[in-house]
Amino acid sequence: MGRYIARRLLLTIPVLIGASFLIFALVYALPGDPIRALGGDRPLAPAVVAQLRDEFNLNDPLWLQYVKYMGDLLQGDFGTDFRGRPVLDTVERTLPVTIRLTIVAIAFEAVIGIVAGVLAGIRRNGFLDNVVLVSSTLVVSIPILVLGFVAQFVFGLQFGWFPIAGIQEGWYSYLLPGLVLAAGSLAYVARLTRTSVAENLRADFVRTAKAKGLPRRTVVVRHTLRNSLIPVVTFIGADIGTLMGGAIVTETVFNLPGLGRAVFDAIQGQEGAVVVGIVTLMVFFFVFFNLAVDVLYAVLDPRIRYD
Amino acid sequence: MTEQQQADLRHDEVTAGTTTGLAAPSVDVTSARQNSLWSDASRDLRRNPLFWIGVVLGFGFLLMAVFPQLFARGADPRECSLSKSNQPPSADAWFGFDQQGCDYLANVVYGARNSLIIGLLAVVVVLVLGVVVGALSGFFSGAVDSLLSRITDIFYAIPFILGAIVILRSGILGRGVVAVAVALAVFGWMTAMRLVRSQVIAVKGSDYVAAARAMGASSLRILVRHILPNAVAPVLVYATITIGVLIAAEATLTFLGVGLQRPAISWGLQIEAGQSLLRTAPHLVFFPSLILTLTVMAFVMMGDALRDALDPRQRA
Repeated sequence: MGRYIARRLLLTIPVLIGASFLIFALVYALPGDPIRALGGDRPLAPAVVAQLRDEFNLNDPLWLQYVKYMGDLLQGDFGTDFRGRPVLDTVERTLPVTIRLTIVAIAFEAVIGIVAGVLAGIRRNGFLDNVVLVSSTLVVSIPILVLGFVAQFVFGLQFGWFPIAGIQEGWYSYLLPGLVLAAGSLAYVARLTRTSVAENLRADFVRTAKAKGLPRRTVVVRHTLRNSLIPVVTFIGADIGTLMGGAIVTETVFNLPGLGRAVFDAIQGQEGAVVVGIVTLMVFFFVFFNLAVDVLYAVLDPRIRYD
Repeated sequence: MTEQQQADLRHDEVTAGTTTGLAAPSVDVTSARQNSLWSDASRDLRRNPLFWIGVVLGFGFLLMAVFPQLFARGADPRECSLSKSNQPPSADAWFGFDQQGCDYLANVVYGARNSLIIGLLAVVVVLVLGVVVGALSGFFSGAVDSLLSRITDIFYAIPFILGAIVILRSGILGRGVVAVAVALAVFGWMTAMRLVRSQVIAVKGSDYVAAARAMGASSLRILVRHILPNAVAPVLVYATITIGVLIAAEATLTFLGVGLQRPAISWGLQIEAGQSLLRTAPHLVFFPSLILTLTVMAFVMMGDALRDALDPRQRA
């Protein structure tokens, strides 16, 4: 197990380097000169431009800029944007928003998704099963953009139950965007649970449990659910990594100042250091949660052994 | 091999439980007609109502993209009069008018073409990248596999929409329909690659591949003639659903301002223009959203039905 984790950790290094370099190169290719744009209508003095270009290593070739950047990053220095604000400040300001949004989304996903999946799975082809199947197809088909506006219009404007933008009302303002963000994964969790429960109900150990006279409740909860939830738990775990990096649309529609919004604004403003810093962080989350899930899998399911 | 010999071989395989095909041995060897994976699947498909809903929706969308004038009720999307600005739907104008007073039905209908072109173009690029990289990776294993898999991991770790935004903003692809399609494909081919790779690895060890090799077939021939045709089923399912996903992603990118630009007609642009008027003129967001959702749904339903039909484990 220890060797497996070590090997996986080693494999994440090229992924982190490759992904950050890819983004770095693309940001490098962004059109226009960010330093000139800084001056706005009044052009900066040539000496100032030269000094700023030097300060941000803009005169070096691409690979050297990247090496210098990574060198700083490894020492915990995320650099500053072109106005001198540290990138870490932006991260500190926006990361809590993204984390809260992710927590709410994951909670919806786990609770509603698993309950719906179990209800559908224990009576396969029953009424509830069909309801879950059809509604999950519907939910998967609705683009998150559309879902966001529908939720805003119905629950925000028509009923007035939830705020439609911003985070002024604390956790309460995260409920609606969290549900919208979770919708797709929620439908997937429901389907995954359904298939898994239905498959396990046909397993030999479940038949044995029934045959020795255990009450149906015990058979379902103790014997079926525990085994069925292994793939579900691992999917949800990996989804945390995805959600931490994928909320640009939700954050835009609901006007939440999270990581996704910050990186989008930075792309528009050609703030290379901010873009690369935040994307690297997102890639790190993604890789970390995926690794954690693989390890968790082995812990939950003793049949799986990594050697 | 004569037909008799072939039948004997098939019979031997079935009794020995070593059939090498992907489908479960539901073959009735004695009957003249053999049920292949595809003939079983098409029979299942034709019985599935969800498939037919998907086909009808998809066909309507296709028609709308190719002949928008059939649906626009004689209105020209570019013919506008400000006096009708933001008028709600009525019997004359089913979808109402937008802020510039253009007929909204015509605008929404004419938006289908860009979505279709981008969805199809992007899925083709996704398939080419995914099949080529996945097949090479699965077939050659070893160092080639490690390298290609790491490259795939790199693209996989970057959030999809984010990668497409950066590449579109960087301008290296230019602007317009092709640029958006390629940007989506560049950050969207990884799942196809992994699917193809695992299918190729699964099929690679089968007897008919060994037989082809024993007869002196080249690697390329084995890969193209023997392995890929047997690995195609899950890729087909994935591709169908992905067209819908890509169409939704295009609308999203355009909504965020990095996809198609005015004066192009696109659902993303319409939703973007309508969002600030959600309170006063909700029909501006509603109609393009509705048609976009129905379009995505068409492909998701067809893909779902295809998967149910092609997955032998689901067969009773």
